[in-house]
Amino acid sequence: MTIAEPMIQVTADTPRLEEMQVIYQRPEAITETYTHYCPGCTHGIIHRLVGEVIDELGVRERTIGVSPVGCAVFAYQYFNTDGCEAAHGRAPAMATGIKRAMPDKVVFTYQGDGDLASIGGNEILHACARGENLTVVFVNNAVYGMTGGQMAPTTLPGMVTTSSPYGRDAKLQGNPIHITEMLAMMPGVAYAVRRSMHSVAEIRKTKKAIKLAFEAQLKGLGLGIVEVLSSCPTNWRLAPSESLNFIRDEMIPVYPLGDFKIHDELKKRR
Amino acid sequence: MAIKGTVVIDRDRCKGCELCVNVCPQKVLHMETGYNARGYHPVILDESKNHCTGCSVCAVVCPDIVFTVYRMPRKARARAA
Amino acid sequence: MTKQLWEGNEALAEAALRAGAEAYFGYPITPQTELLEYMSHRMPELGLAFLQAESELASINMVYGAATLGVRALTSSSSPGISLMQEGMSYIAASEVPAVIIDVMRGGPGLGNIQPSQGDYFQMVKTVGHGDYHAIVLAPSTIQEAIDLMYDSFELAFKYRTLVTILADGSLGQMMEPVEMPPFKEWPEERPNWALTGAAGREPRTISSLYLGAERLEILNLRLQEKLAEIEANEVRYETMMTDDAEFLVVAFGTVGRIAQSAVRQARANGIKAGLFRPITLWPFAKRELDAVIGKVRGVLVVEMNAGQMLEDVRAIAKGRVPVQFTGRMGGTIPLPDDILPALDTLIASVRSRNGNKPEPALARELNLMEK
Repeated sequence: MTIAEPMIQVTADTPRLEEMQVIYQRPEAITETYTHYCPGCTHGIIHRLVGEVIDELGVRERTIGVSPVGCAVFAYQYFNTDGCEAAHGRAPAMATGIKRAMPDKVVFTYQGDGDLASIGGNEILHACARGENLTVVFVNNAVYGMTGGQMAPTTLPGMVTTSSPYGRDAKLQGNPIHITEMLAMMPGVAYAVRRSMHSVAEIRKTKKAIKLAFEAQLKGLGLGIVEVLSSCPTNWRLAPSESLNFIRDEMIPVYPLGDFKIHDELKKRR
Repeated sequence: MAIKGTVVIDRDRCKGCELCVNVCPQKVLHMETGYNARGYHPVILDESKNHCTGCSVCAVVCPDIVFTVYRMPRKARARAA
Repeated sequence: MTKQLWEGNEALAEAALRAGAEAYFGYPITPQTELLEYMSHRMPELGLAFLQAESELASINMVYGAATLGVRALTSSSSPGISLMQEGMSYIAASEVPAVIIDVMRGGPGLGNIQPSQGDYFQMVKTVGHGDYHAIVLAPSTIQEAIDLMYDSFELAFKYRTLVTILADGSLGQMMEPVEMPPFKEWPEERPNWALTGAAGREPRTISSLYLGAERLEILNLRLQEKLAEIEANEVRYETMMTDDAEFLVVAFGTVGRIAQSAVRQARANGIKAGLFRPITLWPFAKRELDAVIGKVRGVLVVEMNAGQMLEDVRAIAKGRVPVQFTGRMGGTIPLPDDILPALDTLIASVRSRNGNKPEPALARELNLMEK
């Protein structure tokens, strides 16, 4: 670890680091491991937010994370908790097995749009139908990142991907799926919202949402899902900052941010 | 001017994505011309005018936990000013 | 202890609980649905985790999840559902977590029907899904044997950190027999040292089946193969009947093994020196033991409820020393001694004709038998 000292003009009055308060540092629930994510990929931010929430709620030592198949397949290396790797799409089922066998554990799944909305459609549907006390972090970047940028169920109309080279055509390939709105209709879902990574303000709102989704589990209210509009600079062929703008300008019109379901017990804090 | 805050940068964690450079309200973050151990241009703090306030938006937007953010407590800042 | 009348499916369920099962995740499918239903009312009585999942695919993944905690989890299904579970079984095998799966086989392929068959031998014995692995496969022939094998399943699974499958068929699942139920097994409260229990006061543990580097995955596979070799050396089970002086050997497993017993006794009454070799573990298969018996006989007849699956393993063990022939029924039909005895006659005719494996044409026409 190489630390660059800040370039300050050192005088007798210059305060030293020991005199300053630490405002921000790596959460204990996140390991030091360098991530494999692309530069500017917002997976890194979302991981960190989940870690911050786990620390704030004090549940690190009884948390079990279930990793997806997708770019976040190695998520268990980055969370400083017990974790396991599910088959593609099956994380909600695996998490159900864990939570039903040991209800005192705090169990979360972390899934991409292919994992959750394509192959895993049935597993998330039924975890919600049963109202499993799980927390689901749903990372939506409108493509299949790990396998090189193919079309996802969440790909935007007209969007060019490696398996929709003419642009997504609703007649041939259907329209993007709005999973979170659909799941919110189910009584077993306690918390269902869509947030975004495209600005500092939105990132802060996402953290609050993730915290409420974990609180839904701790209070036994049902399933909490936070869909986070996320970037994929590599497969979108955009620079990281441009990718955030893409979220704001292209994704949000199709996937509006908002609260689709908030259990009354969770509203009390707001 | 008294220092309000500063950041300590873990150079080798940085992947040169530049998200922090764009959001820093004080414009005190730049990319180095050199490379870190992983081949990226890492971010570097320019404190020549002590503009960093420790607002921590760089840490909020950073995907790689490059920043540890420090802030002077209010009382100490008042004393130093 | 007095015997009680139990249905096969329900007996398997209760035996699983006596063996120490803590979690069951399953899906209805004939002919094993009674197992699910029994668990649905019995497990809440015992304060255990029961859930009807949305599919067999989900069931096996729920078992996988619970298994990572070191919890004794099982599922049950029938042939088409087992096909859906292959992905999960492969993951469980690679992750080296213990789990028990009950397959109550039915007629296939495809949707097939709901009658008994042994058509899953290849699927369950040769592998657990993609990749190189074997589950321990136990094939009971009576309900009591099913109970006894089920009773050992979790111990085997946890001893080797492997999958144990009980390969039954629809007739065993549906029939009722007087049996003795064993007492509830005691298990230690502490979970194994690989289990996910929450990283309290220790480094976090992860359970995964992903090994991206070729070298690392090969190392895993070598370790798995070593484990399988250990299981092969220690866990073979089989039963023989009248093989000491047998001239013609019948090889059959599961309920067909039981039917073959009647056929062999009838053959003996007809003056034929027949014997029976009934493998109980289909994997690890009793290769050495069968090899020794085949060395003393003049011909082998394999009987199965499929098109000849265990047949291939028996042929390999026989190494061409003696004719190995086959008779079987498919489509959910159960072979009876009336099917087996003529086939035994054909075998004897082939051996006596000194023609190799086929009977003389005239004899074949007379007996109106299919070539095999």
